Amino acid sequence: MNLPIREAAGVLIVSVSGRIDHTASEEFALALAPVLERCRQGASPVLLDFSAVDYISSAGLRVLMMASRQAKAQRGVLAIAALQPLVQEVFAISRFNLIVPCYASVDSACQVIAS
Amino acid sequence: MKEVVFWGTRGAIPVAPTHRDIREKIVAALIAANGKSFKTRAALDEFVDKLPFAVNGTFGGNSSCVEIVGDGPAHFICDMGSGARPLGQAKIARFGVPNPQTYHIFISHLHWDHLMGFPYFAPIYIPGNRIVIHGCHPQLENAIRLQMRAPNFPVDYTQAGATIEFDVMTPGVAKYIAGINVTPKRQMHAGDSYGYRFESLDRTVVYSTDSEHKLDNKAEHDEFVAFFAKADLVIFDAMYSLAEAISVKADWGHSSNIVGVELCQAAAARRLALFHHEPCHDDKQLSRLVAETRRLEQITRGSRPPLEIISAYDGLTITL
Repeated sequence: MNLPIREAAGVLIVSVSGRIDHTASEEFALALAPVLERCRQGASPVLLDFSAVDYISSAGLRVLMMASRQAKAQRGVLAIAALQPLVQEVFAISRFNLIVPCYASVDSACQVIAS
Repeated sequence: MKEVVFWGTRGAIPVAPTHRDIREKIVAALIAANGKSFKTRAALDEFVDKLPFAVNGTFGGNSSCVEIVGDGPAHFICDMGSGARPLGQAKIARFGVPNPQTYHIFISHLHWDHLMGFPYFAPIYIPGNRIVIHGCHPQLENAIRLQMRAPNFPVDYTQAGATIEFDVMTPGVAKYIAGINVTPKRQMHAGDSYGYRFESLDRTVVYSTDSEHKLDNKAEHDEFVAFFAKADLVIFDAMYSLAEAISVKADWGHSSNIVGVELCQAAAARRLALFHHEPCHDDKQLSRLVAETRRLEQITRGSRPPLEIISAYDGLTITL
């Protein structure tokens, strides 16, 4: 899985796309690993741009849970932005919106986590 | 198989509504009535039927006990939680004494909430009845006897007048029992639990409670998809939210509504019954949970046929 990265306002923005189902979740975890390594205290906050993700399964959510844990252990900042409406519903139903900070847009997320 | 009757649907420990819960329901109903008067009982019933379930009913509080009504005279029961008490009373009321009956009881595991109803299951005290307790734990008989031994209970196991037999089954091996093929499956839970797939000529029911699913284990996922395959009804442990099940409550041995939907969709099951409700959840929370689960099914359905979502409650009868 290809995860293009760009930097804006001191935030590392990772673009995630497609369906993160049971098959893709393993690839997603592998692709995310090097980014998470950089998500440490004093380093740039990491923002996952989910605007192009149209489905996420429980296995995909588990990858986000593990990512959140790692970021917390490293005292880094990890957040998610721009969830599509249906994906946002899955986050709410699974209560994942209580686990990882979610923002309406990349801009609004950057304003909060860049500081 | 004809029907499934839920006698106990609560997880971990039985619960009962408080006076405050009842008062809230009455207040909500009166607010909804808004001064209406009802000329007949039928008109009143029609109004009550239209109220939300959290107002006109309750999910109930007995712990796990589910009856599968087969095509023959034998009775099939999954687990002996506190729901076994009203089930036993209903059987006595229906069949009377003496009128010997055979009860096949399938035990998921030996934790207290799944056994505590056994000493209150009246048919065990009636000579002539035959009780066959099926399970996969080698300690099955000892666990049943232990809870009816002083100082745990005033009536010793030896006082039970029915003929009680034990059948330790082998996971993965189907057994033909009184017209139904029953296949147990080992599940992830402290001390292990076992799900059961019941297959008659034309219907399949899966009872899968107290079962945690590790989401990174593809082989386990595939095994459960096969276990649930094309079932008419899957009774599924949906005690926690997904976030809880894989974070603070990981390794507690339970699952979520989301995993239930995903497994049933992959297995092309027809109906999913959310079961083993969290004792902290009141009727409003459980009503919200089933509404959310239906929405999840809808938005993730794709081109599959719809999966019907039910939240089990004490007293619910489902026609298969």
